[in-house]
Amino acid sequence: MMRTVSVAETAPSTCGWAVHAEKLQVRAGRHLAVNELDLRLGTGVHGLLGPNGAGKTTLMRALATVLKPTGGRLTLLGGEVTGNADLRQVRRGLGYLPQHFGFYPRFTVREFVEYIAWLKEMPKAVIPGAVQRAVERVGLADRADSRMRTLSGGMLRRAGIAQAIVNDPAVLLLDEPTVGLDPEQRLDFRELLREIGLDSCVLVSTHLVEDVAVACSDVVLLSEGRLVWQGTTGQLIEQGGTGDAGDSAIERGYSSLLRAHRGRVSA
Amino acid sequence: MTTHPTPTLISQYASGGADIDDTTIWAVEAHLETCAACRAVLTDAVDPGTQDLLDRVADGIAAGIATGPGPVRRHRLRRTGVAARVLPWLVTATGLMLAAALFEWTFDSLPSLVLLIAPVAPLLPVAAVWSRRLDPAWELTATMPRTGLPLLMRRTLGVLSAVIPVLAVAGWVTGHSPGLWLLPVLGFTAGALALGAVVGVDRAALALGGVWSAGVVVPSLADGRLPAILAGGSLPGWAITTVALTAVALIQARRRPHDPHQNLLHR
Repeated sequence: MMRTVSVAETAPSTCGWAVHAEKLQVRAGRHLAVNELDLRLGTGVHGLLGPNGAGKTTLMRALATVLKPTGGRLTLLGGEVTGNADLRQVRRGLGYLPQHFGFYPRFTVREFVEYIAWLKEMPKAVIPGAVQRAVERVGLADRADSRMRTLSGGMLRRAGIAQAIVNDPAVLLLDEPTVGLDPEQRLDFRELLREIGLDSCVLVSTHLVEDVAVACSDVVLLSEGRLVWQGTTGQLIEQGGTGDAGDSAIERGYSSLLRAHRGRVSA
Repeated sequence: MTTHPTPTLISQYASGGADIDDTTIWAVEAHLETCAACRAVLTDAVDPGTQDLLDRVADGIAAGIATGPGPVRRHRLRRTGVAARVLPWLVTATGLMLAAALFEWTFDSLPSLVLLIAPVAPLLPVAAVWSRRLDPAWELTATMPRTGLPLLMRRTLGVLSAVIPVLAVAGWVTGHSPGLWLLPVLGFTAGALALGAVVGVDRAALALGGVWSAGVVVPSLADGRLPAILAGGSLPGWAITTVALTAVALIQARRRPHDPHQNLLHR
């Protein structure tokens, strides 16, 4: 199938980082949930870790352009997001799965993903194929024509992932994507993440440290709205000593870094 | 190009073209793209191993097409998806108008209920198509490139095209001049959009409905007669207001076509 390639698609990438935040401030209600955050993310699968209330979801929402940053600078795919910028071009390259994935119960999976593809301004001719591919990639092909209210929790989560990847996003933001998936689906999901992470920037927010250990190449550790640590998964494992809390090497690394950060803050 | 390449040249091309120069290869290739007869010669010229491989691939694809699922039917529902969500509100508005017409027809001593209620009837579904509280997937749809006033206008026109026929029937049954109900309807809708750019469409619709009910509907029911602004003499005033408010809404749409963060307009 032939389609016209726009100038924007063939233009060389002028941005060093898919996600670039400088002194970013985002409010959740009145609370300053993300405070002076500096973050740079490139291609690969990044795991976003942190205790409850660290500002993970607020950061995800700001990156997904749901929330407007109140301070600092945020650049997505080379496009400025702060201020009165036109977000259309940036948003075409985004995929987002919210923590509370709202859906229309009477839509079938295919209709829902098609609707989202239309809202993402995909060309009309490529939508049916892209929808089928997205649904197959998350393993929902046999339930594609079931109404969403008949799906189980894990299937809904996978439908949510399908709508996020339907436009082959350059920045994919997944907030708690593995909730409700059984162990086998979780394995498939990690495989899918690694595949997408080859040429796009994937940011996965999660509570499950073991998901990060196997599926992510890099780790971003957040606490109280600030960046505590950023590095590869291997470096995180090296951080843990035998005296730290945790059942696996990566959990020990995680708790060691958090403890060190709390020590610095209270000192 | 009218000269066909010789069969010898084509078989040299098929075998990799080690003994002919690049320019000749390009010329042969360009010719093959447009000439079916020479492509047939090329098919015979390739070596048996390649021929066998091509046959096997073609057989495999044909078998896959024959046994796999059929092509998916194109769905039209995603266009009507929003309509399905707003249906209860449309039904409520319609029921309200029909009840008003029936009431007026039965008790002709009271001031015209159709004229009193008509201006605010479409506000209900207009608010519903754009309300964050009524959209379960708002967090997702807030991140979409297809958004802003153009989408709002589109949905509003959809609502009006459903509400105005009902009003026309009610107006015809009760024998009022079309201008007296049509102009207030358009005026209030444009007002809700113009004010909605500042405070959010659902709040704007609620405020306008409240002001109209308290300022016009209740006093005129208490007095037992229609207020002056719903008499024939006020038509030019309604016309000017409608045109002015529509202009304001359109100017906002032009000036900030896809303003992402402005109140509820970023849905």
